[in-house]
Amino acid sequence: MLDFSILTENLDMYLVGFKNTIMSSLIALVASLILGVLVAIMRIAPLKPLNWLGTAYVEIIRNIPLLIITFFFFLGLKLSGIYAGTLALTIYTSSFIAEAIRAGILSVPKGQMEAARSSGLTYGQAMRLVILPQAVKIVIPPLGNQFINLVKNSSILAVVAGLDLMYHGDLISSRTFIVFDVYIFVAAFYLILTIPLSLGVGYLEKRLAKSN
Amino acid sequence: MDFAGAYTPDNIKFLLEGFWVTIQVAFVSIILSFIIGGLVGIIRYAKVPVLSQILAMIVETVRNLPLLLIIFFTYFALPEVRIKLEIIPAAIVALTIFESAMLSEVIRSGLKSVDKGQMEAARSSGLSYVQALIHIILPQALRRMVPPIVSQFISLLKDTSLAVVISLPELTHHGQIIYGQSQKFLIPILILVALMYFVVNYSLSIVAQRLELKRT
Repeated sequence: MLDFSILTENLDMYLVGFKNTIMSSLIALVASLILGVLVAIMRIAPLKPLNWLGTAYVEIIRNIPLLIITFFFFLGLKLSGIYAGTLALTIYTSSFIAEAIRAGILSVPKGQMEAARSSGLTYGQAMRLVILPQAVKIVIPPLGNQFINLVKNSSILAVVAGLDLMYHGDLISSRTFIVFDVYIFVAAFYLILTIPLSLGVGYLEKRLAKSN
Repeated sequence: MDFAGAYTPDNIKFLLEGFWVTIQVAFVSIILSFIIGGLVGIIRYAKVPVLSQILAMIVETVRNLPLLLIIFFTYFALPEVRIKLEIIPAAIVALTIFESAMLSEVIRSGLKSVDKGQMEAARSSGLSYVQALIHIILPQALRRMVPPIVSQFISLLKDTSLAVVISLPELTHHGQIIYGQSQKFLIPILILVALMYFVVNYSLSIVAQRLELKRT
């Protein structure tokens, strides 16, 4: 049986970790969305050097483990764990977000851009007013999945003493000399965040499938 | 930064040995995950009563947990309930649990993507449900599953690096041992380790892309 006194007696520590995991995930989410959109635009912009730069960014980042990127910032640039981890999470996730957004934009039929351009809109206007609003609908479920991955991946902070939920689990287990129960509760805290998110994504996917 | 000092033949050999462990552990895990995930995916596709609901709960729980937590738990927490695993088996077990859940979803959606008429036609031509599944549905679904399985393998090769927390002697860990000798080796070794992951994963992703293009 689980020893619930571990949860109640260390609740303050669990909650500090929980809060930091949420904070770090939210910051990384917003930053990686901005970065991901920029990279996606670079990849589809009608300018070859930008395309190459965007492609290189995506291919390099998503083929390297998140842990290695984290070590670059933590050990190489000597940032504190929480900054290094959040920055690495941002960069890593942005490459996946860029791909999701690019796929969404490319799934809008070409005729839409041609029609918008021939009715006098500039490339930027056509993108902003015609293409992007249609792409958003397609992109939301994969972005939701990326956010779930982001929350799970934020546990990487624990490896660089990043004060997140996993790290606080470590602190509690070194205080109580118990690992099993302590980490079952850590897992429960992660599920509180990720299960509602994945139910939400599932719901959106179903609605999207119906509307098509 | 000391690139010449870091890239000695001995160090490179040591990193490659680590990478070989990464590849072996990832490979064994993906094979086991394919078998377990395949069974889970098929049971959930066939909607076997009770069992498929229980499996759905397990899959959703595992999929929504950080892999790092699962690795850590397998090695450090299970001994408290008298399940003691050595480092390499612990890494394989943890990766397999996580990856089976992921692959079961890939396999289930692959099966679901086969047109419903195929099953109906097979059944009405006299095949049993299991025969229809094995001879008609699975072969068609398998072809569609190959690209997502290759990308899962890429994820797995990257994720194996998380097993540094239990000191699995893989690429990242071997890198740590080398730059642990001197701060000057840190950046050169991190670059080389990143490059090794990149070369293998990028090649695999190109293979996955080719397969996807061939299909459409």
